[in-house]
Amino acid sequence: MTSTVAPPSIRHSRLGQIAVIRALFTVKGAIAGGWILALVLVAVFAPYLTSYGYDIQNLPNAFSPPDATHWLGTDEFGRDVLTRMMYGARTSLTVSSVAIGISVFIGMVLGAAAGYFGGRFDRAVTVVVDLTWSFPEILVALILVAIIGPGVTGTMAAIAVAYLAQFTRLTRAQIMAIKNETYVEAARSLGASHTHILFRHLIPNALAPVLVSAMLATGDAIILEATLGFFGLGAQPPTPSWGGMMSSGTALMFRAPWIIIIPGLAVAITVIAINLYGDALIRALDLRNRMREG
Amino acid sequence: MLGYTIKRLLLLIPVFLAVSVVIFSIIHLIPGDPVDNLLRVGSGPEQRAIIEARYGLDRPLPVQYAIWLGKVLTGDLGTAIVGQRPVIDLVGQALPYSLALGASALLFSTVVGITVGVIAALKQGTWVDQTLMGGVLLGSTVPGFWLGLLLILLFAVQLGWFPVSGARGWTSLVLPVLTIGLGGMALVARITRVSMIEAAQRDFVMLLHAKGMHPMRIQLRHVLRHALIPVVTILALRIGWVLGGAVTVEVVFARPGLGTLLIKALNQHDYPVVQACLLMLAMAVMLGTLLGDIVQAAMDPRVRAAIA
Repeated sequence: MTSTVAPPSIRHSRLGQIAVIRALFTVKGAIAGGWILALVLVAVFAPYLTSYGYDIQNLPNAFSPPDATHWLGTDEFGRDVLTRMMYGARTSLTVSSVAIGISVFIGMVLGAAAGYFGGRFDRAVTVVVDLTWSFPEILVALILVAIIGPGVTGTMAAIAVAYLAQFTRLTRAQIMAIKNETYVEAARSLGASHTHILFRHLIPNALAPVLVSAMLATGDAIILEATLGFFGLGAQPPTPSWGGMMSSGTALMFRAPWIIIIPGLAVAITVIAINLYGDALIRALDLRNRMREG
Repeated sequence: MLGYTIKRLLLLIPVFLAVSVVIFSIIHLIPGDPVDNLLRVGSGPEQRAIIEARYGLDRPLPVQYAIWLGKVLTGDLGTAIVGQRPVIDLVGQALPYSLALGASALLFSTVVGITVGVIAALKQGTWVDQTLMGGVLLGSTVPGFWLGLLLILLFAVQLGWFPVSGARGWTSLVLPVLTIGLGGMALVARITRVSMIEAAQRDFVMLLHAKGMHPMRIQLRHVLRHALIPVVTILALRIGWVLGGAVTVEVVFARPGLGTLLIKALNQHDYPVVQACLLMLAMAVMLGTLLGDIVQAAMDPRVRAAIA
């Protein structure tokens, strides 16, 4: 396999940091990045942005449509939907990004080791990865939830395992493509250890595509989290999550459609934003060819 | 071709065994005593003894697995904790609904996806292309179950064209198929478009142009045929995704299929049913992928050569 990877001097961390900003210079990138940033800020500062509590019930005021006091209306317990959306953003963003973080970490270690050392370990990893790869994430996630049980922990584990194959595959392919480059050979001939070569040369060079695909996967993970929440298997009440809100809203959707429309819209916009920003990032980093998995 | 099919079938056996080990372990990995997990709350010691004898729970794990697998292979999937019915009956009732939905959704995503992809590729760079691809991006980023809920609100409640839920007659199939299909269609359309554009740059296409063949004929007879190979590859890999979509969408539309059964069982901790549903879905994914591979091999001799 030939590769057109730039030498390590250019590909080191500084360029990556700039590219994250540079991706914002396009119209799509700016809108998408702006939405993601705003959402993160809302999630972090939720208690300061709303005067309602996410679990404060106000039964006489249940099912009130969106108006001046409750911008996005109230749900079946009279709770403010906007407030629950803000706290729900906390659940959705934390669960999906932490889960993807764990998944990327394990996937990179497995993929890098498999790609670098090859041999029996590589074959074992490949067999397991190909096995999970052929199953839809939702099915893998449901098996995990069946084992660990519903809730935030179960959801995180389910998402982390469901996407593990993807990151392992991608990292492995990246490492395979560069492990015989001349600079690696040079390092080896200078007596560098395997650990040094892996962590100082190979992984930094394989990082960019993996991190971008991790970002795109976070978008999918938000959908998966919402889906599990919708099945009643995600964060348990009264903790608000977007999926959970839609789950309880389904029975009431003819009476108060906003209870399901709003969280779904938030999921859709967020996932689109993540995709558009990811595209801008791929362009800024010039990764188009390297994002293809091996 | 027959040799290839047999080889692929044999390759499925280890995969099936691996999956069955995972699904078998569920009952031992969940917190708590496996016997308690298989019993209704408040069951007496005699029921306990029946379960223990039935699953051989006092024997070593590999033996337990062998007993379990033997029973599964002979169609004995145990008894549901809730309702005490044989699991095989529950699964047997649900399966046709899921198959009908999965097959129709697959057909829809393939046909519509390829059509949209071809149109976008032919009109590459114009507003038609951008609108179609924008719509496709929307289709692939919207959570399936939410799209289903919106379609219910619009077409079933507001317009009253289709039933809200259930599985009576073909009309109840329209909205669920649309829900799953839009996501699957997005994937197919994107790949068709890219691979049409790539194939159009091949030398043989230039030759056809030089021969003076009509551009439309070149695109549809030659470029499309070439471009379909990666589409089939992806479809073969992702048949499982359509089935995964079926799981979520069934719940939304209250279709009595495997997905609905699975989610209900998960919420009720009815583990024999959970195991059976997961096993069925996993097998459906495996067989779907196999089918995709066979179609691909039939279309592309290079694939056959690679594995034979």
